[in-house]
Amino acid sequence: MRVPLPSDDWIADPRRGGLALLALVLVVLPIFLPNRFYYDVAIHAGLAAIAVVGLNLLIGYAGQISLGHAGFFGLGAYGSAVLTGTHGWPPLLALLASALVVAVLAFLVGRPILRLRGHYLAMATLGMGLLIFMVITNERTVTGGPDGMAVPALDIFGFSLSGRNKQAWYALVALCLLLAVWLALNLIDSPVGRALRALHGSEVAARVGGVDVAEYKLIIFVISAVYASVAGSLSAHYGGFITPDAVGFLHSIELVTMVVLGGMASTYGAVVGAAVLVALPQFLTAFHDYEQVMLGAILIVCMIFLRRGLLPSAIDLIRARRP
Amino acid sequence: MTILDVKDLAKGFGGIRAIQGLSFSLRAGAIHSIIGPNGAGKTTLFNLVTGLYAPDQGRIAFLGETVTGLPPHRLAAMGLQRTFQNLQIFETMTAVENVMVGRHLHILRGLLPSLFRLPSIVRSDRDARERASRLLDFVGLGTYAEIPAGAMPYGALKRLEIARALAAEPKLLLLDEPAAGCNAAETQEIDTLIQRVAAAGVTVVLVEHDMSLVMGVSDHILVLDHGQKLAEGPVAEIRANPAVIEAYLGTRAAEAGAVPAPAG
Amino acid sequence: MSEFLQFLFSGLTVGAVYAMVALGFTIIYNASEVINFAQGEFVMIGGMSSVFLLSAGVPLPLAMLAAVVIAVGIGLALHALAIEPARGASVVTLIIITIGASILLRGLAQVVFDRQFHSLPAFSGDVPITIAGAALLPQTLWVLGGALVIVLALGWFFTRTLTGKAVMATAHNRLAAQLVGVNVRFVLMLSFGLSAGIGAIAGVLVTPITLTSYDVGTMLALKGFAAAILGGLGSAAGAVLGGLLVGIAEAMGAGYVSSEYKDAIAFVIILLVLFFLPRGLLGGKAAERV
Repeated sequence: MRVPLPSDDWIADPRRGGLALLALVLVVLPIFLPNRFYYDVAIHAGLAAIAVVGLNLLIGYAGQISLGHAGFFGLGAYGSAVLTGTHGWPPLLALLASALVVAVLAFLVGRPILRLRGHYLAMATLGMGLLIFMVITNERTVTGGPDGMAVPALDIFGFSLSGRNKQAWYALVALCLLLAVWLALNLIDSPVGRALRALHGSEVAARVGGVDVAEYKLIIFVISAVYASVAGSLSAHYGGFITPDAVGFLHSIELVTMVVLGGMASTYGAVVGAAVLVALPQFLTAFHDYEQVMLGAILIVCMIFLRRGLLPSAIDLIRARRP
Repeated sequence: MTILDVKDLAKGFGGIRAIQGLSFSLRAGAIHSIIGPNGAGKTTLFNLVTGLYAPDQGRIAFLGETVTGLPPHRLAAMGLQRTFQNLQIFETMTAVENVMVGRHLHILRGLLPSLFRLPSIVRSDRDARERASRLLDFVGLGTYAEIPAGAMPYGALKRLEIARALAAEPKLLLLDEPAAGCNAAETQEIDTLIQRVAAAGVTVVLVEHDMSLVMGVSDHILVLDHGQKLAEGPVAEIRANPAVIEAYLGTRAAEAGAVPAPAG
Repeated sequence: MSEFLQFLFSGLTVGAVYAMVALGFTIIYNASEVINFAQGEFVMIGGMSSVFLLSAGVPLPLAMLAAVVIAVGIGLALHALAIEPARGASVVTLIIITIGASILLRGLAQVVFDRQFHSLPAFSGDVPITIAGAALLPQTLWVLGGALVIVLALGWFFTRTLTGKAVMATAHNRLAAQLVGVNVRFVLMLSFGLSAGIGAIAGVLVTPITLTSYDVGTMLALKGFAAAILGGLGSAAGAVLGGLLVGIAEAMGAGYVSSEYKDAIAFVIILLVLFFLPRGLLGGKAAERV
């Protein structure tokens, strides 16, 4: 058996080296973005990455599946849309309020369903996602129903950020992504993160070791829901318009695919997975018609041939080549 | 002083009665062994005592308090730890992180300080890491500290589980076949380790098939057969007990009239 | 009263479909402990394939038969290409694989067929039979009859044939079955083919009533799962009972409470069962709890 040695690799100290590298990439990237279209793709990738970094905490680190996370993303998006658009709240306050509501909801829903394992949890989260979708589609007077609704521009401390201002949005999303990654890395390398990784490895041993497994699953479920909610709120303001598609089952599966593709239990992998899956359809026109086929194929192929995902596998490859 | 008191305990699975009408009590500060043929209910007993199973009937008292039905993490907080017959290792985590999970109940673990990596968490984690490293040294695994547990050899994982359990500062430590699959030298290391743990004031309960280890290290032995108590007492008494020899070692050994003497 | 009877008829019709989906879950789960999230897709494939074969000029009976054969082929391919290579993987991995298969099949259906809703002509005309003031479509009798035939055939297969007994033995104790010479891999393959076939038959029978489209599978899977656990996961009789009950509950909910939220009923049933009746009505394997 090959024993991976501790090394001076940047990934070995993800919090310092890795974060600096991600920041560098985010700063340098605009040089390679020739026009608004590319900025748009990068912004969408960044927004998806925020949600996926959160979902990866749940799926990759804690080993708990969710097939309904688009529900939380959508609640964040619609929460912001309704509170700012219909009720005239300041966007930042609306974003926080939506996140709080999502956190409370995730707590209430998660409490019973996280006691379930495996198939049951997957089915229960799938049902939860469909239920949220159903409510948003049916409550036309509040959400506009299947036609969707317009969302006012993001307005932070008097600066109005319309979705057309690509550079400003890029900067904002990059900062939020860095914050999201930093918080996730902190959490993973903390007593909370160790407890999560432990319950993933052996639930029995974690319990005997003193970890209140149900409590920690609930904590991470709520945190990942808040990540999705914030990403949803930002997406709504950026796009200026939202439809129930953002809440749908397919979007939930997209988020899971990003986690799986980038690499479960790899925070930077989550960013890579989100970037690849957002960029691919933009540059591969065939992807549009075959989007679901591609998603399905990626999920199956990754689980059979590339179970660790793109980034961890790539790093292994690089390490293996070094003398 | 009694550390563990079990009264009239019973547990069945479908039609099989794994434990039935079992009562015994264990004195603090000694090394106890539980022996018995395969299927005698030893591991089931451990699972009942550590709260992984709920008993069908009976009462378990730990440190004088009734703990029947308490979840494992609550029992851990009271000072109860165990290792597992079929290893339960956090494979993707490094050896030192595995042991740090054992420190879980003794360190700061607030959510917000963890998320923002506040100095209090940094300090407490550094302290936990140092203690965990010392424990790895104590069980002889110091060199593995930064290696993912999934890449460690089998024999080392047995001791890693012991280090993880010790990190929780247990008052009572249950060891489920710590020497299973170990060679003679490794078994000797486990033997020494158990004695050092006991010398540090931890009450040890050992389930083990290696009779020379059991006979050499134990102060008191409980013999189970078909989920019931067959005998209990000091080593010499158990070695001479014909019923034990008959049930546990089989007729052939009974005819030979001998239980293997402790090594060393 | 006639209103109630009307809801009951419609509940029994969709319930029979949920029962067949639940049977599909049960067969695969018993053979492998895998919950096949693509189970609803087989119903969709059955319906959509017959619709398109019919419109291509194939006579209806032949189109239906071909649709079932296509679904069985896809079920076998799913096993060979996605399940077998991942043997021994964790539960989460297998869930992701079957979810991937579900979305893949949806995507393929969308490309091969289209994104419209489709119907089939009813087998015995559209003239309803009136019973106590409630209208009963002849097609409903086809659906119920089809479900009944499937249940009886499965009962015969599992108790009277050697292959069926091998499947039962595998479900009961995989290792022991292997030791006495059961080809467990074949049993698993068979169960995927069988589940796919049953799903497709359900799809063919119900399409004249409920319509079909490329994306009906997910909701059917959720409802079929609700039926399976309500009856008791692993119990075939439970799957049928659960299916009918979920169907009736849904029809009553749609009729008396809210038709917009009728799809929420299956989810509510899942939650209620998991918390109050983890073994289901007919005592299947208990839902794993922490």
